[in-house]
Amino acid sequence: MNTKEKRYTLAILVNNHPGVLMRVVSLFSRRGYNIDSLSVGETENEAFSRITIVVSGDRPVVEQIKKQVGKLYDVQRVYEMAGEKSLQRELVMVKVSTEHDDRSQVIELAEIFKAKINDVTSSTITLEITGSLDKIQSFLDLMAPFGIVEMARTGITALERGARALSSISFSEDEA
Amino acid sequence: MQMTGAQIIIECLIEQGVDTVFGFPGGAVLPLYDALYQNQNRIRHILTSHEQGASHAADGYARSTGKVGVCIATSGPGATNLVTGIATAYMDSVPIVAFTGNVAVPLLGKDSFQEVDITGITMPITKHNFIVKDVGDLAETVRTAFKIAQEGRPGPVLIDVPKDVTVYTADFSPQSPEVLKPRTERLSEKSMEQALQLIKHAQRPMCYIGGGVIRAKASDELSQFLENIDSPACTSLMGVGAVSSLSPRFTGLVGMHGTKVSNMSVSACDLLVVIGARFSDRVVSKASAFAKNAKIIHIDVDPAEIDKNIKTYCHVIGDLKVVLTELNHRIAKPMEHTEWMEQVAEYKKRYPIRVDSESARSKEILKALQSVLPEGFFAVTEVGQHQMWAAQFLKHLQPGHFLTSGGLGTMGYGTGAAIGAQVAHPDARVVNIAGDGSFRMNCNELATIARYKLPVIILLMNNQTLGMVRQWQTLFFDRRYSETNLDTPIDWMKLAEAYGVKGMRISKTDDPKPILRAALDLGQAVVIDCEIPVDDKVYPMVAPGASIDEMLGVEEVGE
Repeated sequence: MNTKEKRYTLAILVNNHPGVLMRVVSLFSRRGYNIDSLSVGETENEAFSRITIVVSGDRPVVEQIKKQVGKLYDVQRVYEMAGEKSLQRELVMVKVSTEHDDRSQVIELAEIFKAKINDVTSSTITLEITGSLDKIQSFLDLMAPFGIVEMARTGITALERGARALSSISFSEDEA
Repeated sequence: MQMTGAQIIIECLIEQGVDTVFGFPGGAVLPLYDALYQNQNRIRHILTSHEQGASHAADGYARSTGKVGVCIATSGPGATNLVTGIATAYMDSVPIVAFTGNVAVPLLGKDSFQEVDITGITMPITKHNFIVKDVGDLAETVRTAFKIAQEGRPGPVLIDVPKDVTVYTADFSPQSPEVLKPRTERLSEKSMEQALQLIKHAQRPMCYIGGGVIRAKASDELSQFLENIDSPACTSLMGVGAVSSLSPRFTGLVGMHGTKVSNMSVSACDLLVVIGARFSDRVVSKASAFAKNAKIIHIDVDPAEIDKNIKTYCHVIGDLKVVLTELNHRIAKPMEHTEWMEQVAEYKKRYPIRVDSESARSKEILKALQSVLPEGFFAVTEVGQHQMWAAQFLKHLQPGHFLTSGGLGTMGYGTGAAIGAQVAHPDARVVNIAGDGSFRMNCNELATIARYKLPVIILLMNNQTLGMVRQWQTLFFDRRYSETNLDTPIDWMKLAEAYGVKGMRISKTDDPKPILRAALDLGQAVVIDCEIPVDDKVYPMVAPGASIDEMLGVEEVGE
């Protein structure tokens, strides 16, 4: 990432058809946009799926991405999740090495971060943590010295704060 | 009423007003072709030599009529042969609907004979595509496809239909096609007012017009707009015909092979109004120097074009016909920019387009062609030097009469497109202005021209080289003519005759006019082999990466 590049989180409401994820993702690759994280799943309405994509780029690139994605026939809404106005969470499972007799230190840090202990072996602990990107990054930084054996992440998923739903937001509100 | 999938496709096409389709049969579309056979008095099928020809023919049909062009191919290689034509239509926003057959649903995904994932392949080059796995969804899918192809910014849509879906039956009830409303949902009062204010305060306005004006059928509104704001106008290659070449406001092409007057005016203006154009790299060249003294207003139906290549000062998003009508309505008193218009007229006099080096042969031939062609002719091109000459030297008086592959630059486009235009306009004259390099790519379509007795003229600008590539090799690769010589002579007259098409020749020394007149008078297809000097170039030219006002090959007419 260069200095002008930042991370942006886009929530994309799409028709729940086979192949729609591919349409969205292939658009990113062919136009040269970088995906940092991606998650997808059903919504409150079975006709729609929701894709949450974190991209890095500068402001003009993100605006271009929103417009290009918005043009796809199967895309209902593209909405940018601004940091403070949205709730952004990711679930990470991480297997940490405890070979050097430091299991208690790992458990102590896990408690501070409200990470769940899912599995313990003689040489590892598997932890599950949910939270914002910042929280997860801090936790992983603390775990790194112990040795991260393996890690799997779900990708960021996000909802806007407040009472309204994405499906109720019109294009003009999004532009403003 | 219960019908097979194949019959449903036919009924839906008729419902959409389709009277002609272009295609090539094969295993996976046998049931569809059987239905076409049984409905041959309702829909005319034009059999091409190759599916690529069918896709370009559908494109030429669409560009020349403003209606949706339809092409059909079988699965596998039939489908992949459509790809170039679909990509061509996509880049130039041409409404076509392509039908492909596929293997039966249970055989999908098993690498079956002639199976290909054509929806996957065409995803980046269609506005949208479908695979229909249930015959019950077929009618609605075809209707939606026609709507998508035409609505907003037009473009190609592909429908992949597995063979068994064309055989199974479903209930069909006819519907009249949905009347499409012009797109205006993003047209805001604020943007209109902002544009108007900029226009009102401009001292030196200039308009840059693209193919969007032709697609929106907004040439009349544009012409009124140019009068109202008293502005000159240049066009991109796709915009050729949107402003009449005879209009005193017209300054010619802009960009890489633009006129000096267009490029100087874009650089000197204080307001650039861009209408239905997309700031292609072939127009803009060096982005940081483009229209450097101007504020830019961008008017387009596609929001994704705004600020894509060039950051604009103000944008108006909506159907061009609606936007221009509204702007015209709001300009109470026509403006006057006498000094600026005089300056542009002076540039225009001083810098005519010239053909450099050996000769002006292509210009002579095209001028002679123009003089013998009846009004309302269609000029189709391939891609290369002849394409630029045709854009520069012919007078383009009507929108939709100059058919050329602008965005994708598809060599081999012209012959198929000429077939489409001629089928759509049996009484008009259609000329494919071709190069020898491009024509050899799809000259197999002479068989189609002969089969349907289409009076298409193929004007072959034969310089025995890939002229445009050679031009670049001359200018930027120190005359290393790598693989651009086509100097193993082909007897084009004999080739034409082999297909049952008349062949004629215009040698270096012939007066082109009587030969061209004789060719037209035949009232049938003719291939005219015109000898062009190998080193004739397209000028003026902006070198890659240079600002558009730094032009090569500009000759000044003495004071």
